[in-house]
Amino acid sequence: MDITVIWAIIIAIAVAMYVLMDGFDLGIGILFPGFKVGKERDQAMNAIAPVWDGNETWLVLGGGGLMAAFPLAYAIVLPALYAPLIAMLLGLVFRGVAFEFRWRDPGHRKYWDAAFCLGSLVATFAQGITLGALLQGITIEGRAYAGGWWEWLSGFSLLTGLALVIAYALLGATWLIWKTEGAIHADARRYATWLLPAFLLVVGAVSLATPFLEAQYHQRWFQWPGLLVTMLMPVLFGGVALTAWEGIRRGKDWLPFVAALGLFALTMVGLGISIWPDVIPGRVTIWEAAAPYSSQIFMLVGALVLVPVILAYTGWAYWVFRGKVGEEGYH
Amino acid sequence: MADAETALILARIQFAFTVSFHFIFPAFSIGLASYLAVLEGLWLKTGQDKYLNLFKYWLKIFAIAFAMGVVSGIVMSYQFGTNWSVFSDRAGPVIGPLMAYEVLTAFFLEAGFLGVMLFGMNKVGKGLHFTATLMVAIGTFISAFWILSANSWMQTPTGWAINEVGQFVPAGSWLDIIFNPSFPYRLVHTVIAAYLTTALVVGGVGAWHLLRRHDTPEVRTMFSMAMWMLALVAPVQIFVGDLHGLNTLEHQPAKVMAMEGHYQSHPDGAPLILFGIPDSANQRVRAAIEIPKASSLILKHDLNAPLAGLDTIAPEDRPPVGIVFWSFRIMVGLGMLMLGLGLLSVLARMRRKLYEWSLLHRFALVMGPAGFVAVIAGWVTTEVGRQPWVVYGLLRTRDAVAPIDAPAVATSLIIFVIVYFLVFGAGTLYILKLMGHAPQAGEPPVAEIPIRTAGITPAPAIDRGEGETR
Repeated sequence: MDITVIWAIIIAIAVAMYVLMDGFDLGIGILFPGFKVGKERDQAMNAIAPVWDGNETWLVLGGGGLMAAFPLAYAIVLPALYAPLIAMLLGLVFRGVAFEFRWRDPGHRKYWDAAFCLGSLVATFAQGITLGALLQGITIEGRAYAGGWWEWLSGFSLLTGLALVIAYALLGATWLIWKTEGAIHADARRYATWLLPAFLLVVGAVSLATPFLEAQYHQRWFQWPGLLVTMLMPVLFGGVALTAWEGIRRGKDWLPFVAALGLFALTMVGLGISIWPDVIPGRVTIWEAAAPYSSQIFMLVGALVLVPVILAYTGWAYWVFRGKVGEEGYH
Repeated sequence: MADAETALILARIQFAFTVSFHFIFPAFSIGLASYLAVLEGLWLKTGQDKYLNLFKYWLKIFAIAFAMGVVSGIVMSYQFGTNWSVFSDRAGPVIGPLMAYEVLTAFFLEAGFLGVMLFGMNKVGKGLHFTATLMVAIGTFISAFWILSANSWMQTPTGWAINEVGQFVPAGSWLDIIFNPSFPYRLVHTVIAAYLTTALVVGGVGAWHLLRRHDTPEVRTMFSMAMWMLALVAPVQIFVGDLHGLNTLEHQPAKVMAMEGHYQSHPDGAPLILFGIPDSANQRVRAAIEIPKASSLILKHDLNAPLAGLDTIAPEDRPPVGIVFWSFRIMVGLGMLMLGLGLLSVLARMRRKLYEWSLLHRFALVMGPAGFVAVIAGWVTTEVGRQPWVVYGLLRTRDAVAPIDAPAVATSLIIFVIVYFLVFGAGTLYILKLMGHAPQAGEPPVAEIPIRTAGITPAPAIDRGEGETR
């Protein structure tokens, strides 16, 4: 296989890992005000405290990997999304420090709790806007971004922002269903029963709008053989959604989260179908943006050895903190 | 045009501000992670409780410093693209893989094992926990390795070629890129600086508690360990710094000219300017206090060796002298004071007054933050001394900036300044609060604060205070 394709897959995996793993962290942040001050909030925090840092590292791999493997894409996309990306970074600053600070300063805990929630919300909304802005297309001249600093703002990008907020909140709620018990567990199930239909609604809206943004997307979805996928997708989506619904209502505690992961996976496959083989949708292909072979092969050797090792010890860290988080920490 | 100029200046200020703030945290956590590994290792080896108590004490501080390092670091990894996109496009094929390796070999290692290090003491065995601590410590070092390699390549680029679209690409072996000429010196100098920074903080905290008569075995042990570190490593650092300077003279002479304040060439022995006021408009150092021919002695090991000055460098290629001249003197001055503190502690030890000599303790207390100042001053010296280039001699800073309008950069800069002072100010306050308590027998671990075990923390009372109803 073409090494550029391999790198596109690696970056896609890094982004997907980030979305799935930090998705539930950020989702818990978004839902945070919905939990009672005290043991409920402490449990919600403890359900992610040992793993959030590792989860967030996939975002750094996504960014760093993009710069290394597709420097032109990195150089065009980041200035194009200046405002949402800076907002995301600042949101992540507040979210990240809140993990430590809220325990160190009980007198101001409610402010750090608010920072945790707002930071998560802003970071998520900004990531959703980023997705929407990329899908709707950005202005490029030569090897640089050539639009203004508000080009990302549109009804569509606000919709994708909202969609991601709901999507992460769903992941967060289902993670808490799995990892907690007692009052917060009941809360999480209740929130999830609202979030799942809301998720289906917004993802449906984004999916319906997307094919009309660019001719390329339209062709993919409404011409053979894409039409086959277009017909199959709602069936698959419906099946997983039903499983998730059953899981949230009365299923095993792990089922809603796993089903939610399934919904995310299908959504990302759908995105992949729309934009392949572009790294900047509708504008720049992965081959146009690719770093030279010598850069790609140098990193590939490392990635092929290190990513499995990373997955192994990340898995071990999750294993160490397996089970319900409980009111008194892990037990 | 004026707008583009403003946007460039703002982007430079924003990068300088965010990177300086960020650098403070790893400068501390690289040394502290190693110190924690040493403490836990000593505890496992000797079984003495004081090492465990010290470990738990510093672990809580480490957790805060590390979190601040992580969140300020993510900002850096995106800012190359948001604000220096032309640099990213052109140098990405060379710099990008080095940073990608940093993520793959260091960031994941640190993050993956940090959870176990912080919260896992009772969940995994002692051996595994020690392994986690070691992995975090090794991760911080590997991180320094890659990022300093990338930075050094920008200072002394080797192993590159230019492709048809104007990108720097690897020309042959990656080893030529990674081990570029200034890298070994910069790596050793910076890592030692991180160790010294940590030793000064630990020593300062120990001194504070000795002065306050919290004379516990834990306090004595950490003060003694910190003073040993200073006494042994400060001289090594001065030696390494000298080698680094000679390396810079070879590869970036203009930087050394700015550090030395040598506007003019000295064909028969250059003076060492100790202090003075650089006056770039008139190309001279006013009110200079200088030692004749000493600069030639230090840099060329010959009193009469000729040394070129900035007059041999084209005006558009000269670094700003004032900043570099002063930041270099701040760094060297603090380095000498560190050496002095180390030597004084040896004297105190010989007289068996290490824990009683309050003058030494006051000195150590004042020097507590000196490492941070020296590290930032050194960083300013090397980075500002590289100007006007972002890739030395090849790509000018002004040509590397992203096409972002000045108002956008101004807005983000203002928000960064407010948020960083607020958030990292609070974090520093929390660290100082933790340091204000002396480490004690039965020191509570991190785990009992975020993940609480029954009956240890006063948190339930606090929760009620916040409106808990049950």
